[in-house]
Amino acid sequence: MRPIATTRSATGIPTGRLAVWWLIASEIVLFGGLLSAYIMYRLSHDAWTAQAAQTNMWLGATNTFVLLTSSLTAVLAHKAADNNDTDGAFKYLWFTILGALIFVSIKAFEWTTEIQHGYTLTSSTFWSFYYCAAGLHALHVIAGATIMAIVSMDVRKGKEMQRVELCGLYWHFVDLVWIFLFPLLYIAK
Amino acid sequence: MSDSHDHHESHGFMSYAFSTDHKVIGMQYMFTGMAMALIGGFFAYAFRMQLAFPGMDVPLYGIVSSAEYNSLVTNHGTIMIFWVAMPVLIAAFGNFLIPLMIGCDDMVFPRLNRLSYQIFLLSAIVLISSFFVEGGGFGGAWTSYPPLSAKAEYNLTPLGSSLWLLAVALEFVAFLLGGINFITTVMNARAPGMTMDDIPMVIWMIVLASILFMASVGPLIAGAVMLFFDQQLGTAFFDPDRGGDPVLWQHLFWFFGHPEVYVVLLPAMGITADVMCVFARKKLFAYRTVLYTAIGTGVLSFFVWAHHQFISGIDPRMANLFTVTTLLISIPIAEMCFVYIATLYGGSIRLTTPMLWALAFLGEFMIGGVTGIFLGASGSDIYLHDSYFVLAHFHYTFFPIAIIGVFAGITFWYPKMFGKMMNETMGKIHFWGTVIPFNCIFIPLFLLGIGGQHRRIYNYEHFPELAGKSMQDMRVFATVSLCIMLIFQFVFLYNFFASLLKGKEAGKNPWKSNTLEWTTESPPPHGNWKELPNCYRGPYEYSVEGREEDYWPQNIPDDEPAGGAA
Amino acid sequence: MIERYVEIASTYGGNIDALILLIAALVGFWLVLCEVVFIGFIIKFREKPGVRGQYITGEEKHQKRWIAIPHYLVLVCDIVIIVFAVNIWYTVKQDLPEPDVTVRIIGQQWAWSFVHPGTDGLLDTEDDIKMVDELHVEKDKVYHFKLEARDVMHSFSVPVFRLKQDAVPGRIITGWFEATKLGSFDIQCAEICGIGHGMMAAKIFIESPEEHQKWVALNDPTEDSKHTSTVAANNAAAN
Repeated sequence: MRPIATTRSATGIPTGRLAVWWLIASEIVLFGGLLSAYIMYRLSHDAWTAQAAQTNMWLGATNTFVLLTSSLTAVLAHKAADNNDTDGAFKYLWFTILGALIFVSIKAFEWTTEIQHGYTLTSSTFWSFYYCAAGLHALHVIAGATIMAIVSMDVRKGKEMQRVELCGLYWHFVDLVWIFLFPLLYIAK
Repeated sequence: MSDSHDHHESHGFMSYAFSTDHKVIGMQYMFTGMAMALIGGFFAYAFRMQLAFPGMDVPLYGIVSSAEYNSLVTNHGTIMIFWVAMPVLIAAFGNFLIPLMIGCDDMVFPRLNRLSYQIFLLSAIVLISSFFVEGGGFGGAWTSYPPLSAKAEYNLTPLGSSLWLLAVALEFVAFLLGGINFITTVMNARAPGMTMDDIPMVIWMIVLASILFMASVGPLIAGAVMLFFDQQLGTAFFDPDRGGDPVLWQHLFWFFGHPEVYVVLLPAMGITADVMCVFARKKLFAYRTVLYTAIGTGVLSFFVWAHHQFISGIDPRMANLFTVTTLLISIPIAEMCFVYIATLYGGSIRLTTPMLWALAFLGEFMIGGVTGIFLGASGSDIYLHDSYFVLAHFHYTFFPIAIIGVFAGITFWYPKMFGKMMNETMGKIHFWGTVIPFNCIFIPLFLLGIGGQHRRIYNYEHFPELAGKSMQDMRVFATVSLCIMLIFQFVFLYNFFASLLKGKEAGKNPWKSNTLEWTTESPPPHGNWKELPNCYRGPYEYSVEGREEDYWPQNIPDDEPAGGAA
Repeated sequence: MIERYVEIASTYGGNIDALILLIAALVGFWLVLCEVVFIGFIIKFREKPGVRGQYITGEEKHQKRWIAIPHYLVLVCDIVIIVFAVNIWYTVKQDLPEPDVTVRIIGQQWAWSFVHPGTDGLLDTEDDIKMVDELHVEKDKVYHFKLEARDVMHSFSVPVFRLKQDAVPGRIITGWFEATKLGSFDIQCAEICGIGHGMMAAKIFIESPEEHQKWVALNDPTEDSKHTSTVAANNAAAN
């Protein structure tokens, strides 16, 4: 049973959306801290340029494309949910999850190749950052996909439709983090 | 979920442990925090005994080795900040008070709240288990500077250091979840009619503290992951031999660590404001000013962190910048103290136990505040850094915050929490038995710090300048004072539990207070009110001219003659 | 005031003490003022039968003045403190005078190693004198130190100099001092460095030019015969 508190909205912003914004705010500082540390190191280690050249930019670019596309389907899911189109919302949620799965699969392939070539977590501090930052992001992708799968179950029955928008907000954030990670880890050489 | 007479024992242990009621979760945080405070206090006793009587077989503990000494001081600090100050000041009071003071039935996300406590409890269990693993608990100070914390060959606690780090990281996650809940609840679930200016100061402060925490802890969570990888997986983020930089950790830590001071300070300030207004029967002097100074302090606190690192090898030019920002932060804090003092002017002051605690908070915190100037000024910090002066300074801030402020809150809201009054005589004995020894502990430590005594040394015999009799006498004096203070805590524990059984019935509003929590039963039923209240005015309308009563509860409409409006 | 507890033995030690006193005077004034007013209010406005509290919002200008004026005065005090603090910081940490002698200081778990330049006055030559837990310096000479750490963070702290500097592994940090008083004093490690942190003590010996020459000659590692009795000779020189 939901408390009355949850149904109130003194700010006019739905409670769920407000909470997701605060969640994103706390995540921004987390990734912000990690990436600023990375940038500080990067600036003081010229040798990292050569190491960064070992990353597979084309797979990274493909993944960027996959994530951007999945953001689009997340928007479409939100739109469908606004129109109370349960089937549409359900379908587009699963398209987004599919995007997440492709992203994670490509990532897995990429990492396997890199580890086979001897670039592991402990090879150098660049690779430590590479696996840490991308790994933390991948965890967010997996978490997002899981949440969307759970939300889609209710959505199919036409319940809790507002959650589709919240998933979308979170998903855009995950996407945005990748937009920062991709140039920092793959392109800057 | 359950009926309105929410008597948890009758529902069995499971429904209590998994309750989503904000009051139950608040109590769970409070009791966990109190239990951790006993552990932290016991640690302080053990290492203070070692300092006063080196090599002594400490009663109830045994002989304190240098490794154990390091572990005791490290975990004393960690526990008191992360497992006492944070859970009690923010989580316990936040959970208990927010819905009651803004007039709603629960937090907006009760199950998230539940999860937050469970993660917190897990973190406490992980921390305690770290004392018993091979090698013992972590002993690299609560700041956990690498490389000492990063490599087992340096710290000799291969498991203890990682468990410590894991516990701290879990605790952060718990408070992030709790914080999101607090902020969202206060933003959205306020009683109809409650504007920003009508929110009691303690709620404002808890929300600001949650925002500060949320905005500062992220980098340290990232840092904790990096340090954990360094410890367990052999990465080299902080290893200078392999391209890392140990000073980076210090930046990540203190970027969080300094705002953290204000994260715990603000709720204590809020509690003090509420308690002072009730017992001085006064409106809070310049409500908006208090709010703005709190926000100003919060914003500034993100630009002062490197004053912890003046001598740690950062570019010396940077120290000048941070001296300026650090001294500037004294302005909003000083202003806040002025406002609180001004609030007392023209009051009708009743020196009840909660009021004594609140006043002691202000009086003692000012000492802690001004001694910070010596450390924020780079020139004098060269000498005083890492000395007992620092230690005494931050205990003069943290003790008022985490102990005095908490006692003000507990003694004030106890009637609401349990429906019974605490014994005033015992409360006052406990008050004087805590505050006087507190000063007797830390004033000698200020002097020792001035005398050049440095921190985290288990035995000063290796330092001839510090091993003299007069210095040792001061150490003994501080330790004896600590023991006296600890003994007086039993008065509180007895009072706390005895009053549960035979305390006088409190009734709805024993202190004649304005805020909304006093308009429901004590203790409040599940759902808090039969009918949720509306809010018609600010929280501090005491001694309003032309009214028969000297208080004017927030839930009474203007035209209702209940208070005898003129 | 601090001199009564710890002697001053460096050129800038007196400045740091003066700064501490200045801050003590300024903040002491505010603290005493606040506490007196605070306790005065508590006594004056105790509950009296028949007297009600006053309704003061604190929002009006003539009321806010009581907060605003002190708050500007605090700002003035802050600026005074900043000026003096930055000035002294500049002297101690930023503006290093030309050195007469340079020594190397190495912190490791749990001892200080000191490399003195020896007779030729240069570091990293054959006649460097390496000492564990003993630093020998000459009075009234400007010393630079190159501070290193082998394993974890340490902090080189000499209370009589009012000097403290962390030693960071992977970095060489340069600082300076000029001793002004003969005698032997404590050196501490002020940053926790593991289980032996409490035993990481060293001594600084401040000697007159003649004494110092004698000590250098006695400990010259290029003269083998004396090298074997370094410790004994060194103790004799110190006494």
